[in-house]
Amino acid sequence: MSTVVQPASPADTSRPTSELIRVEEVHKYYELGETRVHALRGVSVTISRGEFVAIMGASGSGKSTFMNLLGCLDRPSSGRYLLESTDVAQLDKKALAAIRNRKLGFVFQGFNLLSRTTALENVELPTLYAQLNKEERLTRAREALRTVGLEDRMDHFPSQLSGGQQQRVAIARSLVNRPSILLADEPTGNLDSRTSVEIMDVFQQLNDQGLTIVLVTHEPDISRFAKRTLLFRDGKIRRDDPVADRPRAGEVLKALPKLED
Amino acid sequence: MDFMSILRVAWRALSRNKLRSSLTMLGVIIGVGAVIAMVGVGQGASQAVQQQISAMGSNVVFVSSGTVNRGGLRLGWGQTKSLVYDDMRAIVRECAAVRTAAPGASSAEQVVFANDNWFTNVQGTEPQYFDIRDWTLAAGVPFTQPDVEAAANVAVIGNTVRQNLFGATDPVGQTIRIKDLPFRVVGVLNAKGQSAHMGQDQDDVIFVPITTLQKKLTGDTWLRFIVVSAVSRQASYAAQQEITALLRDRHRIRPGEDDDFIVRNLADIAQLADESSRVMTLLLASIASVSLIVGGIGIMNIMLVSVTERTREIGIRMAIGATEDDVQRQFLIEAVVLSLIGGAVGILFGIGSSLLITRLLGWAVVISPAAIAVAALFSGAVGIFFGFYPARKAARLDPIEALRFE
Repeated sequence: MSTVVQPASPADTSRPTSELIRVEEVHKYYELGETRVHALRGVSVTISRGEFVAIMGASGSGKSTFMNLLGCLDRPSSGRYLLESTDVAQLDKKALAAIRNRKLGFVFQGFNLLSRTTALENVELPTLYAQLNKEERLTRAREALRTVGLEDRMDHFPSQLSGGQQQRVAIARSLVNRPSILLADEPTGNLDSRTSVEIMDVFQQLNDQGLTIVLVTHEPDISRFAKRTLLFRDGKIRRDDPVADRPRAGEVLKALPKLED
Repeated sequence: MDFMSILRVAWRALSRNKLRSSLTMLGVIIGVGAVIAMVGVGQGASQAVQQQISAMGSNVVFVSSGTVNRGGLRLGWGQTKSLVYDDMRAIVRECAAVRTAAPGASSAEQVVFANDNWFTNVQGTEPQYFDIRDWTLAAGVPFTQPDVEAAANVAVIGNTVRQNLFGATDPVGQTIRIKDLPFRVVGVLNAKGQSAHMGQDQDDVIFVPITTLQKKLTGDTWLRFIVVSAVSRQASYAAQQEITALLRDRHRIRPGEDDDFIVRNLADIAQLADESSRVMTLLLASIASVSLIVGGIGIMNIMLVSVTERTREIGIRMAIGATEDDVQRQFLIEAVVLSLIGGAVGILFGIGSSLLITRLLGWAVVISPAAIAVAALFSGAVGIFFGFYPARKAARLDPIEALRFE
């Protein structure tokens, strides 16, 4: 049902280096009154272009903190985070905002679309902050919606869309500025199992076209669609495994019974 | 984010809560409207005063008896008894810049005609008074110099007195009683309206010869004032100087001592009246601007609510690349749009209520473009000032916390 027609990340081919993310001995503390919470206790990992990484872990394992760091929403207390060879820890808030806008795409569990704003306008939003001209903004927003198969729902409001469709709008929004990496935080957490597989199908197709994806989930069923899994526990990466026999979401979908409602 | 997009976002956010936005604007609408209407009333009053003063003739100089300092107790103006009829004669005789002068003293009396009576101000003067004040008669003639010399019981009545005592009857030739003395009405004055600097009804007056007033009604010998006509408008200042010097000499006031009289020419009075109406305008405007500030606080209140309500939206915008500046600008512009729309409606409201005041109360109200411009600017400034803190608060939100906000 979703056919991916446009390559989402043409920037990939222009870069000679294949290393996209390098995290070195990253620690993160939070001061909560008197107590100090040690959320990350020395995390080191490298993610290359074109990877599809699933981050697993129980709540409190540090995986959300790690995602916030990867997403440049937060800065490490110590250690280094190199994104495309730029040391993000050294950047100011404005520069971080620019990185979030141009290099990163976010997909959240709760979709986080603006209500009473059409699908097209939601998708257009990041381009507004990228100072693109109106024509370019609309072209890109339409193209992104086509990529996730929602070209016929552009003028619908989020309340008029199903959960799966809302998440597709959110994915289109994350793609519109042609990011280097897509960060998804429990993207299937609010969806039923069939819709979850549909979303994973979209991710797999985007990944096939070269987009790097990092996904947080606590469902093993979902993580097996990725190429590599990182397991977090107590603020550290405990396991780092490639996924052995990775199923194609498209195939799984065919096997699933269709629910008409 | 370009300006048009921010405006569109702001407009959409405001129209999402139409009732709330309009109630918030109401504060600014009332504030701006009140400023414009109040400044209009003040300026209208000042214009009316200026017109009345210039209608009085600009070469008139007033001399009134002054204040007296009796054992440290300073009484008000018009309390000294040193200004006398001979002072007036001397002014006319010795001051080169003076054309003519008329004395003035007054007494408040109950006046009776047939079955009607009226409490009014009886003023003693001489016939040239009407000439100096450029006051024409509607009927009859003024009393004459022989009437003054004879202390005759004749009276010239003001329009208000005519209305109250005579109604439709022709007053000329009729006899009225003042303090049980019969007075023959020889003339009726044309209406002059309210006085420029006091707002009193100038037509509520009866003029009798100064001698008659002093000998038969009050028994006093001093004058309350002398009305002087300078030879020209330019000469009124010179006349003022000459009169001051002459009276100081006549009243034996030593150098360094205060005058026991006051000499004012109309230019001074005009300036004084102008000053006082400016103060009044300022006072009215500052009272009105209090409501503008209250309106601004309303905007701040609603913007703070709005920031809290839209915490998640702010988080989303930050996550997809909005900088702190972007978020701050967005909320600031929302507040400014709110206050500017309020300002625009308030300008219409102010013009409307100015017209209404003119229509209903008959006051002259000036709708000044300057007041409108200032009100518009001020409403914008109110938006910026009161929108700044909420916008800053929005911009300072931590995106992670904001995204988690339910």
